[in-house]
Amino acid sequence: MIKAIVGMSTCGISAGAQQVYDKLDELHKNNPESFELCRTGCISMCYREPLVEVRNNGDRIIYGDVTPELADEIFAKHIVGGTVLDEHVACSILPDGTFVGAEKAFHGPQKRIVLRNCGTIDPESLEEYEASGGYVALRKALLEMNSGEIIQEVKNSGLRGRGGAGFPTGLKWSFAAGYKSDIKYIVCNADEGDPGAFMDRSVLEGDPHSVLEGMIIAGKAIGSSFGYIYCRAEYPMAIRRLNIAIDDAREKGYLGKNILGSSFDFDVKIKQGAGAFVCGEETALFQSIEGHRGMPRIRPPFPAEKGLWQKPTNNNNVETYANVPWIIVNGAAAYSAYGTEKSRGTKVFALAGKVLHGGLAEVPMGTTINDLVFKVGGGIKNGKKFKAVQMGGPSGGCIPSELGNTPVDFESIPATGAIMGSGGMVVMDETTCMVEIARFFLNFTQDESCGKCTFCRVGTLRMLEILTRITHGEGEPEDLDKLLELGKHIKDASLCGLGQTAPNPVLTTIRYYRDEYLAHIIDKKCPAGSCSALVDFFINPDKCTGCTICAKNCPVDAIAGEAKKVHVINNEICAKCGKCVTVCNFDAVYKK
Amino acid sequence: MAILANEIDIDLVDRIIDRSGSDPEALIGILQDIQTEWHYLPLPALSHIADRLGIPYNRVWAVVTFYEAFTLEPLGKYHIQICTGTACHVRGVAEIVRALEDELMIETGHTTPDGEFSLECAHCLGACSMGPVIAVGDEFFGHLTRSKALEIIEELRKRSGVDLK
Repeated sequence: MIKAIVGMSTCGISAGAQQVYDKLDELHKNNPESFELCRTGCISMCYREPLVEVRNNGDRIIYGDVTPELADEIFAKHIVGGTVLDEHVACSILPDGTFVGAEKAFHGPQKRIVLRNCGTIDPESLEEYEASGGYVALRKALLEMNSGEIIQEVKNSGLRGRGGAGFPTGLKWSFAAGYKSDIKYIVCNADEGDPGAFMDRSVLEGDPHSVLEGMIIAGKAIGSSFGYIYCRAEYPMAIRRLNIAIDDAREKGYLGKNILGSSFDFDVKIKQGAGAFVCGEETALFQSIEGHRGMPRIRPPFPAEKGLWQKPTNNNNVETYANVPWIIVNGAAAYSAYGTEKSRGTKVFALAGKVLHGGLAEVPMGTTINDLVFKVGGGIKNGKKFKAVQMGGPSGGCIPSELGNTPVDFESIPATGAIMGSGGMVVMDETTCMVEIARFFLNFTQDESCGKCTFCRVGTLRMLEILTRITHGEGEPEDLDKLLELGKHIKDASLCGLGQTAPNPVLTTIRYYRDEYLAHIIDKKCPAGSCSALVDFFINPDKCTGCTICAKNCPVDAIAGEAKKVHVINNEICAKCGKCVTVCNFDAVYKK
Repeated sequence: MAILANEIDIDLVDRIIDRSGSDPEALIGILQDIQTEWHYLPLPALSHIADRLGIPYNRVWAVVTFYEAFTLEPLGKYHIQICTGTACHVRGVAEIVRALEDELMIETGHTTPDGEFSLECAHCLGACSMGPVIAVGDEFFGHLTRSKALEIIEELRKRSGVDLK
């Protein structure tokens, strides 16, 4: 039977997928014989959401920008009539897995290992996960392999931690396996807090069983029979689907006692975060699971020796666990065939910001930034110029377009001063002010600092104050040296990753955009035209209709003009609040 | 803030604790459930939790004041979270913040006097490719413009009376 499959991830729903699903549901109720209505997770082409796939045996056609009206048409013409609506097709997937059609370029450089099931199967169906090869790896690991063999296979694959630090996963497992204890824990860090990152959410929403399967295998490898998934509360759908997956896996005997007839027991519990970024740091995360304030502690002892409740603990990120079943089934050699010498396999990136095709992209390690921005991402929106990518969130840095040929891997990215991070890649164009971006991140880290270390608590606040002054046109020539010095001390004197990396966005922007800082400090100008205090506001006479809305809303009466005639802003009076830009319905107000 | 113990249903607090188990490990989860029920954390509930879990009151207080998600002031019926993550930031979420503050006549971090709306900036809601994004309860809205944001408020006002939860 023909299937209509709606992409129902948070991205899809925020673009209106629920209304499309409801429409198809209504059609389905009236015509139950004509098609089957299904849902799936993230189809990864977020920029064409809502997405609906029409699957007929091997034929897979994905429609983009679907509205309830278009869903009606797809039903009448394609599902019932058999005619494909070519002009609305985002892409088609051939039986061999290749993509054709309008969005072919987005998929070109990709290789889907972590995202193997995302957007393909129903994440709420264990049967569909099994049908696509799910829990085969678990069977192999439990019934045919011993702990040492599992660890060796993961070591051989070259898999490194996908949360950002890139520590070799197999080695980490061997440490936890080496400690003797009555209880050991497996922890999955799903506290994806980096602004600009949504890889883990998409995996949890699109393929929750793959993460569970990876955790159970890790449990067998280190000798643990209990796991925690620490998921941020901002991801309600991920938590809901994980709960369904856990219940189904328990019922089917993938979790519980004597799994698959082996002597191995394992069970899992979800813990929800409560909005603290620092809980992504593993020792803080353990504190939070135990029901305390999420404050990091000194390492050593490392979690492999003393982690959760002082017991040996292995903590990996969502994407790391999702890789594991694929490696066990396909073998370490197949995995390490992808990527570079020291960074094997693939990495999922969340492309967002000023890029034309925002979405999820899984590419072999070593793919260049330019390939991600221009081939996968389709270049910059509105014909603007590519300026930089921000990688690694508040711990990362801005890599300028001049370094666009840098391969993304655990060696090359840190050499630029940024970090690989968990995979958030926010693209910036010529209108993004780098000083303002640095201020944005410091505002974030300053707010999220747990307060334990003085340099992180007070130092980031001082850096934020300086950056705020600079963006307000009150910078002083010695500010750059002060920022560099503070940055160095905060990195040296903070206990955990948050403080040790918090200055990175400032340090990288000073390194690559010193001129832009100087323009703010010396010339009192914002070259990107972004910092309100340093720009003047103008009304484009070609666009202004004389509707008077800007003049009515101006709090200082700086806008003059008669009704139905072009208005003018008096920059002598203007308070630079930007309200005229916000209220104008004709996009006529601009900053320079 | 003197709220008398008899102003909240302590039996309901007990039922929530019983559901999670009275192990101190469950503290954060219990507080989340209490907040889901009352849209804030009533003080009498906090002291009752401390008694039931057998932990000092200051430990409950330490946790409540550490995590961003907890609030001691009642939230609005429609709790609007504006994503201010990097992607939404570079796509101009500041304008959306301004538009919503103007429309609701409150600053972010506050609740309208009629208790209908509360406005809050979230660090990242993780729907970056759809930015700017807001969430109302568990409902997400993407690709926002000023006018689209105002339409959503209009829609919520019409919907008022229907609980989102």
